[in-house]
Amino acid sequence: MRDLFQEVWESVRRNKLRTALTGFAVAWGLFMLIVLLGIGNGLRHSTEANMGDISANVMEVWGGRTSVAYDGLKEGRRIRTDEGDVTTTKGPDFADVIDEVSPTISQSGIRVSYGKRSLSTTLQGVYPAYSKMYKTQILAGRFLNDKDLSERRKVVVVSSRDAENLLDGSTDYAKLVGKRVRTDAGISLLVIGIWKVDRASMGASFYVPYTTLKAIYAKGRYVDEIDFTFHGLASEEENEAFENRYRAILNTRHRADPADVTSIRVFNRFRQSLMMDKGMNLLNIGLWIVGLFTLLSGIVGVSNIMLITVKERTHEFGIRKAIGASPGSLIKLIIAEAVAITGFFGYLGMITGMALCEVVNLLLGNNSTEVMGEQVRGIVDPTVGVDVALEATLLLIVAGTIAGLIPAWKAARVRPIEALRAD
Amino acid sequence: MLIDLKDINKTYNNGQPLHVLKGITLGIEAGEFVSIMGASGSGKSTLLNILGILDNYDTGEYWLDGTLIKNLSERQGADYRNRMIGFIFQSFNLISFKTAVENVELPLFYQGVSRRKRHAMAMEYLDRLGLKDWASHYPNEMSGGQKQRVAIARALITHPRIILADEPTGALDSKTSVEVMDLLAQLNREEKVTMIIVTHDPTVASKTRRTIRIKDGIIEE
Repeated sequence: MRDLFQEVWESVRRNKLRTALTGFAVAWGLFMLIVLLGIGNGLRHSTEANMGDISANVMEVWGGRTSVAYDGLKEGRRIRTDEGDVTTTKGPDFADVIDEVSPTISQSGIRVSYGKRSLSTTLQGVYPAYSKMYKTQILAGRFLNDKDLSERRKVVVVSSRDAENLLDGSTDYAKLVGKRVRTDAGISLLVIGIWKVDRASMGASFYVPYTTLKAIYAKGRYVDEIDFTFHGLASEEENEAFENRYRAILNTRHRADPADVTSIRVFNRFRQSLMMDKGMNLLNIGLWIVGLFTLLSGIVGVSNIMLITVKERTHEFGIRKAIGASPGSLIKLIIAEAVAITGFFGYLGMITGMALCEVVNLLLGNNSTEVMGEQVRGIVDPTVGVDVALEATLLLIVAGTIAGLIPAWKAARVRPIEALRAD
Repeated sequence: MLIDLKDINKTYNNGQPLHVLKGITLGIEAGEFVSIMGASGSGKSTLLNILGILDNYDTGEYWLDGTLIKNLSERQGADYRNRMIGFIFQSFNLISFKTAVENVELPLFYQGVSRRKRHAMAMEYLDRLGLKDWASHYPNEMSGGQKQRVAIARALITHPRIILADEPTGALDSKTSVEVMDLLAQLNREEKVTMIIVTHDPTVASKTRRTIRIKDGIIEE
C-alpha cells in the first residue's frame, strides 16, 4: 500500500502543473455538486420551516356543487355540510382512522369594540381540538376548553393582530385577557386568550365556542367546514382510498354520486406534504444529476491526462513487465493514480463547497422576508450533512476508477518487446 | 539440461509472412557462459525474446528448468520472467525517476518482498558491484558503465536461473566493455550463473566459452 502510494506520488510529482489543472475540473465538479445540494437542502428546510405551523395529519372537508346528475337530481346542486355529516364523521364508519373532529361555523362582518377602539372581524365557532389541528399558539391566557363548549360560555380568543389594534398598538396582550369586548349586536364577550397570528392563518379572526356562536346567531344545522385528525394512513394509495371511502359515504347522505369529487371537497394536508416531499426529492435528484454531469467533465479530463501519462510511460511499463510486473499490478498503479487525483481534488472541492454553504448559512440562514405581515424565510440551513460527504467519497472512488479504467487497460496491454524497442 | 529448445519455429505476419526462426534446436546446461552471434536480421533477437518469455513461438517446445514454456497467460509469463530470468539490455533500461537502489529493488517489489528486506538486499548487490556510494543517485547522474552495473545488479537480485544479455556492451566504450564482460565472466565463474549473451561483436563472443552462430533463422554452431 505504501509502495503504491509512493509510486503514485512520484508520478504526480513529475507532472505537477498538468495534474493541478486536471484536478481543478474535478474540484469544480464536486464543488458544484455540494453547493447545489446545499441549495436544495436550504429550500427543503425553508419549506419545512414555513409549513411547520400546521399539523400534517388533518383533513379539511367542506361542501361544493355536484358535477354529475344523480338519483334524479340535476348536476350543479349546492351541497352544504351539516351536523349530520359531523355525526357520521365521528361515527363508527371511520372510527378506525379518525381521531378528533372539529366542525367550524362562522359569522363574518362583526364589529367588535373595546373602549374607544373597534374593528371588523369574523367570529369563528370552533371546538377545542381546532387549536391542535392548526397548532394555534397562545400568547396570553388560554384557548377554548370543553367546559366553554358545554356551557356555551360567551368567551373569545382574540388574534394577536386584532388585540394589538384594540390595545391601541400595544403588544402587552395580557392586558386584554379578562376584559370584555362588545359586538355591534350588543353581546359582550370575555377575552380568555390571545393567539398568535402566523403564516397559516390568513384571515385572522376571533375564536368563540362552537355552541355559543350557534346559539347567538341561530346558525341551524349547517357547518362551514369539518376538520378532523386521523392516523394509520401511511402511503399515498391508502390516503386516497380513505378519502374516496369517506367522500362516498357523505355524498350518499346528500344524494350525490358517491364518486363526485366536487360535491364533497376533501383537502388532505398529509397528502399535500407527501407531494411536497416527492417534489423535494425530485429536486434533489435533479440537482444530483446536474452536479454529476459537471463532475463528469472533470472525470473525462482525468481520464484524458491518464492516457497521456500511460503513453509517456510506455517504455517504463515495458521495463516493468520485462522484470516481472503483472498486467494487474500496472492496472492497479494507474487506477490508484486516477483515484488519488480525483480523490484529492474532489475532497478539495467538497470542502470548499461545504465552506461556502456554511458561509451562506451564516450570512443568509436567518434572513427572512416579510410577506403579508408574516416572516417567510428564503433559505434555511443550506448545508449538507455527513451522509452526503460519505456519498461523495464513494462517488469519487467510483469516478476515479472509471477515469482510470481505459488508461489502465492500455497500460496493461503494453508489450515489453515493442516498448523496449521504442527508445 | 537448463534450457531445451526443440524445433522452434516463429513466423511474423506483418503484411508478408516472415519466417524468422526455422526450426531451432538448442540445449544449454546450467552454469554455461554462452554467446549467440549473428548479423542483424538473423533472428538472434527473436530467439532472445523467446528465451526471455517476452515473445511466443509458433511450433516446437521450449523447456526452461523442466517447465514447458508455452501458451502462458500474461500473468504467468510475468511471474516466470520475474523468478527465472534476469535481463541486461544494451540501453540499460533503468527507470529514470528511480534511484539506483530503487531500480535494483524493483524485481523484488513484484515478488512482494517487504520494503526493508528488499532495500537491504539491493544495497548488498550494489556493494558487491562497487556502487554502494551511488545507491541514491539517479541513472542520469551515472556513467554508462555504472548504469550497466546497476542493471546487472537488478538482473541478479532475484537469483534467476538464466541471465539474458542483449548487446550488453553495445552502448559502452571499449575499456568499459572489457570491464563489463570481465564482470559477467566473473559472476559466471563465481556464482555459477548461466549467462546467454546476444552480440554481433566477435571480441565479446570470444570472452564466452561457447558461441552459437545463427544465420537466417538456422543454427550453425
